[in-house]
Amino acid sequence: MGELKLMKGNEAVAEAAIRAGADGYFGYPITPQSEVIEYLMAEKPYERTGMVVLQAESEIAAINMVYGAAGTGKKAMTSSSSPGISLKMEGISYLAGTELPCVILNVVRGGPGLGTIQPSQADYFQATKGGGHGDYRMIVLAPASVQEMSDFVKLGFELAFKYRNPLMILSDGVIGQMMEKVELFDPIPRWTDEEIKEMSPWATTGKTKKRERNILTSLDLDPSRQEKHNEKLVAKYKKISENEIRFEKINCEDIDYLFVAYGSSSRICQKAIQLAKEKGIKIGLLRPITLFPFPTKAIQDMLGNIKGILCVEMSAGQMVEDVRLAVEGKVPVEHYGRMGGIVHSPQEVLEALEQKIIGG
Amino acid sequence: MSENILKEIIQPENIVYQKTKMMTDKVLSYCPGCGHGTAHRIIMEVVDEMGIGEETIGIAPVGCSVLAYEFMNIDMQEAAHGRAPALATGIKRLWPDKFVFTYQGDGDLAAIGTAETIHACNRGENICIFFINNGIYGMTGGQMAPTTLPNMKSSTSPYGRDIATMGNPLKMTDIVATLPGTYFVSRHSVHTPRNVRRTKKAVRKAFENQRDKKGGVSFVEILSNCNSGWKMTPVQANEWMVENMFPFYPLGDMKIDGELVK
Repeated sequence: MGELKLMKGNEAVAEAAIRAGADGYFGYPITPQSEVIEYLMAEKPYERTGMVVLQAESEIAAINMVYGAAGTGKKAMTSSSSPGISLKMEGISYLAGTELPCVILNVVRGGPGLGTIQPSQADYFQATKGGGHGDYRMIVLAPASVQEMSDFVKLGFELAFKYRNPLMILSDGVIGQMMEKVELFDPIPRWTDEEIKEMSPWATTGKTKKRERNILTSLDLDPSRQEKHNEKLVAKYKKISENEIRFEKINCEDIDYLFVAYGSSSRICQKAIQLAKEKGIKIGLLRPITLFPFPTKAIQDMLGNIKGILCVEMSAGQMVEDVRLAVEGKVPVEHYGRMGGIVHSPQEVLEALEQKIIGG
Repeated sequence: MSENILKEIIQPENIVYQKTKMMTDKVLSYCPGCGHGTAHRIIMEVVDEMGIGEETIGIAPVGCSVLAYEFMNIDMQEAAHGRAPALATGIKRLWPDKFVFTYQGDGDLAAIGTAETIHACNRGENICIFFINNGIYGMTGGQMAPTTLPNMKSSTSPYGRDIATMGNPLKMTDIVATLPGTYFVSRHSVHTPRNVRRTKKAVRKAFENQRDKKGGVSFVEILSNCNSGWKMTPVQANEWMVENMFPFYPLGDMKIDGELVK
């Protein structure tokens, strides 16, 4: 067993970054995720692994530092919360267009605008449908525990480099701020310069006589070449959709109803399942772990005897659209969720189930 | 001129001057008479002469020189508009022993990229920033830039830049010279052979500072005409630049070895 620690979700991400062999973290403080950079600064990762930590002048600068750093073929990451992530969208679009790997953490808070500093899940559209300009996708992982905050940093770098694509960990203020037991994975050494040159032959490592120069750009003034690039990206996203869907099924044997929920809402649904059981309601939970790619087929495969689905998210209803696309009208699909930084209670979720699905 | 005719003319015995191998064979996309080509060549000649081509990473901006990576024969990355100093920071922090430079125009560096420029300079990143100032947005068709002179006409100041409503031209180089994080700040032009030599000396000094880890940004501004944007012939444009730009943006060193030049 790895080292056990009681940590905040945000601290677990920071510790995981050091252990995952990250080369650079570039961030800007914003509530509720400032513990990430605070932990990193206090921990002196430069002494532990040689990792660079830098506080940028803005979220825009931070993501563009990541963009440059990712171009070197090294492991770069940043973190922020909703308003800051909006500012990073320009850089994320460039990272996606240039096909550069990196990990971006969003500890979501209520919006729009400055919104609140309390938890929310209202950035689902932004994370999974683009957010920045142009046809692109990020791989999106949704942790539901402090353990997954740590594990997904490691997994995130693996997937980001496997597909040369930016990856977002879409968390929320609950998971970022709460403390839980976490089993830390064993540290992975940072890649050597030779390993980087071998693994990422596209990186800006300095042009030698042995190879052509590496140009990292998302610009092509010839639309026919740009379209080919777009087709290549689409093919990559298809491959990701075929290979990387992750989800968890909880209490899904012999059920009449289904919750679909990710992140902290999935935890609340687990309690709601217990409350429902006491009332004789048979309901399970499908928890998407990857939000892009979305577990569409997993939902379709479960439809057999299910009479209705309640999507629970702290938003006005965003993921529910993807669930409805999967269900294709075969059973009723409804949304329930509190907004503006209010976290729904298991009792509220159960009441919504009774009103919108069972009674509906 | 067809390639065959070019091949006939370009024989070893006829060569009196050769472009550096650090420039690609791609035909420059710049207007005839523009200073960008000369500025590219100067930077790449210095990289060649210092023998640092294999360790140099350049950042291209958004603007007329957006395709700089097509011409400079080194590893390069294309930045979003104004963000080049942030990219350079990310790269240099992770490759501290490589040479990193940005090449930026005045719209890129002094308008949308003001924050990235000021903060990279203030942090004292060990990078070179080459700033091409022609007082106008060239690529998008001659709009007003932060550096456009008072009363100067552009497509978005068709009656001349009115200071009362459009604000003052920004002397970005003067500003960064006052920051403790800059080590060498200098302004030049490339409109005469003499000025080209002086510019090259400054570019060389900038790269040497980076090599010697002097601890700070080496910032070289290069004034250029934008004859097509200014709606003049190249010769007229250079004369206009000398008469109007030079008094407002005087040439010379502003900061040497971390000390402001009095």
